[in-house]
Amino acid sequence: MENKLTRNLYKVPYLLWILLFVIIPIALVLYYSFFDIEGHFSLGNYQKFFTPVYLQMTLSSFWYAFLITAISLIIAYPTALLLTKTKHKQLWLLLIIVPSWINLLLKAYAFLGIFGTYGISNSFLKVIGIGQQQILFTDFSFVFVSVYIFIPFMILPIFNSLNELNPTLVDAAKDLGASKWTTFRRVIFPLTIDGVKSGCQVTFIPALSLFMLTRLIAGNRVITLGTAIEQHFLVTQDWGMGSTIAVFLIIIMVLIMLLTNTRKRGV
Amino acid sequence: MANANIIQFKHVTKQYDNDSPVLDDVSFEIERGKFYTLLGPSGCGKTTILRIIAGFTEPTSGEVFFNGKKINQVPANKRQVNTVFQDYALFPHLNVFENVAFGLRIKKLKNAEIQTKVKEALSFVNLSGYEKREISEMSGGQRQRVAIARAIVNEPEVILLDEPLSALDLKLRTEMQYELRELQRRLGITFIFVTHDQEEALAMSDEIFVINKGTIQQSGTPIDIYDEPINRFVADFIGESNIVKGKMIKDYLVEFVGRQFECVDMGFNENEPVEIVIRPEDLEITSLERGKLQVKVDSQLFRGVHYEICGYDIDGNEWLVHSTKKAKVGTEIGLYFDPEAIHVMRLGETEEEFDRRLETYADVDRHGK
Ligand SMILES: Nc1ncnc2c1ncn2[C@@H]1O[C@H](COP(=O)(O)OP(=O)(O)O)[C@@H](O)[C@H]1O
Ligand SMILES: [Mg+2]
Repeated sequence: MENKLTRNLYKVPYLLWILLFVIIPIALVLYYSFFDIEGHFSLGNYQKFFTPVYLQMTLSSFWYAFLITAISLIIAYPTALLLTKTKHKQLWLLLIIVPSWINLLLKAYAFLGIFGTYGISNSFLKVIGIGQQQILFTDFSFVFVSVYIFIPFMILPIFNSLNELNPTLVDAAKDLGASKWTTFRRVIFPLTIDGVKSGCQVTFIPALSLFMLTRLIAGNRVITLGTAIEQHFLVTQDWGMGSTIAVFLIIIMVLIMLLTNTRKRGV
Repeated sequence: MANANIIQFKHVTKQYDNDSPVLDDVSFEIERGKFYTLLGPSGCGKTTILRIIAGFTEPTSGEVFFNGKKINQVPANKRQVNTVFQDYALFPHLNVFENVAFGLRIKKLKNAEIQTKVKEALSFVNLSGYEKREISEMSGGQRQRVAIARAIVNEPEVILLDEPLSALDLKLRTEMQYELRELQRRLGITFIFVTHDQEEALAMSDEIFVINKGTIQQSGTPIDIYDEPINRFVADFIGESNIVKGKMIKDYLVEFVGRQFECVDMGFNENEPVEIVIRPEDLEITSLERGKLQVKVDSQLFRGVHYEICGYDIDGNEWLVHSTKKAKVGTEIGLYFDPEAIHVMRLGETEEEFDRRLETYADVDRHGK
């Protein structure tokens, strides 16, 4: 009896947390999404979301999130593979993870300095004879900085799954005649796909709603759903429309989570 | 000569960092079509030898030959060898069929051919009908068979088996010992089998290499090794034995426990200190008067087929006896043994010296007749 009571007591903080920071906010967002800018109840916001302006924005959000995820993956996988082969792999991993502890805004401002008209990168371009370029406020700089920010989150799960991979399986593949590439394609990659999936999840989903970077690094040239929400809440004061976009963002995230849901395979 | 040997190690040494070597100047030859066993305690370097043959690690020094060609530089995927790993190393993301087909798919065989070969290999290991099963749905014994099928389906010249039976329970293990031996006979390929279980080694092998601390202590047929152990380690490791210190008075006469006994060994220096081995099953319980040795019975265990009796002589040496007769704990009994039951070992003799001495015996025997 008492055991059951204490067990329930332990649940209280958790449930309170879920209620205060998950359920109530989502309910509020849902509630606000049904009011137009004058405060009248309407479904107009949802209608508006399916107009070309917003659909375009959704598409571009997806496109950039996809680019960022894909590039991160292409860089992160070989890096993680290399890390697992080094002698002090945990130390190297730590060195890669440490930058992710630094505040995102600080990193963004640092890149403003680096990519700016008189920044290091332009001095370098001048030295090697290419000359001064507009780097800041381009698609390139936006994707570059985003990839830089997300890469540790991509590396970590991939590193973990590679680390858990039984090394005799790699020996077994070689033993059966597989070249390095075949071993990777037929054994290593399929067995670390769970790590890849969770890496993509933790990159793609936040990348969908990036907004500070879009303004600081991309100079508002890139408008994502995240930017739109921010604009509606802070600039146009159209909380209803902002909430509607947020509702769609939440739905999309849940869908992605379900799609990339990792099923554990036991041996 | 070179063609009978499929694998040859010449002075192979393997050392990690600056630790003491894992393999220390190992040389041996493996003949085609036989069942070999590497036998030794855990950590003696058995797996390392297999890994060098398979090509997963390179020797620090020395040469490895396969079919007369040096293969030190040949990568693992280019060697005519397949391994059954200790933990089976089956691919968890592939089903039984695809696991067995793995090597064939890499060779880019036609699908129909793959179907036939995999079916055949699975029926060889009594797993027909299990093609669609996931590895996680197979028992330990079944996984082991899949691992064997995955190796034999490639028709390699040599199969390496790293303690493949150690994870199985006793009954299944004995069953698999028969099956593996039978499989090797049917296929006619060379098996190199690793185990730390001496009974398993004696039961299965054509030829045994006894290994300790990275060196081959003795190689030979199970009977050779059992009857003529070269040193205390081998005698102790292969079966149970009574080992006591003694002195070789002259040819065919040895002294231990303060008495002189007739024996069949020769070729020692006069009064050379030696070690004596007598197997427990070669000792016979008899009356005190008839016994060549007198021991006081300390304990007795019933082992099913025989009693295991443990006693001490006047010098305090322990004597283990396997007998169908019962003894009484606390009484004194006599032990009788034939001159042939005494095996004399020279201290610190290498395998080459040992073989040379055995050859001189044979010469003497021939001249004597
Ligand atoms: N990669 C390695 N690095 C350092 N030492 C190793 C390595 N692999 C094996 N060893 C050492 O080599 C010795 C022999 O190992 P192994 O061949 O696996 O023995 P066995 O199979 O007979 O139990 C052990 O002492 C082990 O610690
Ligand atoms: Mg081993």
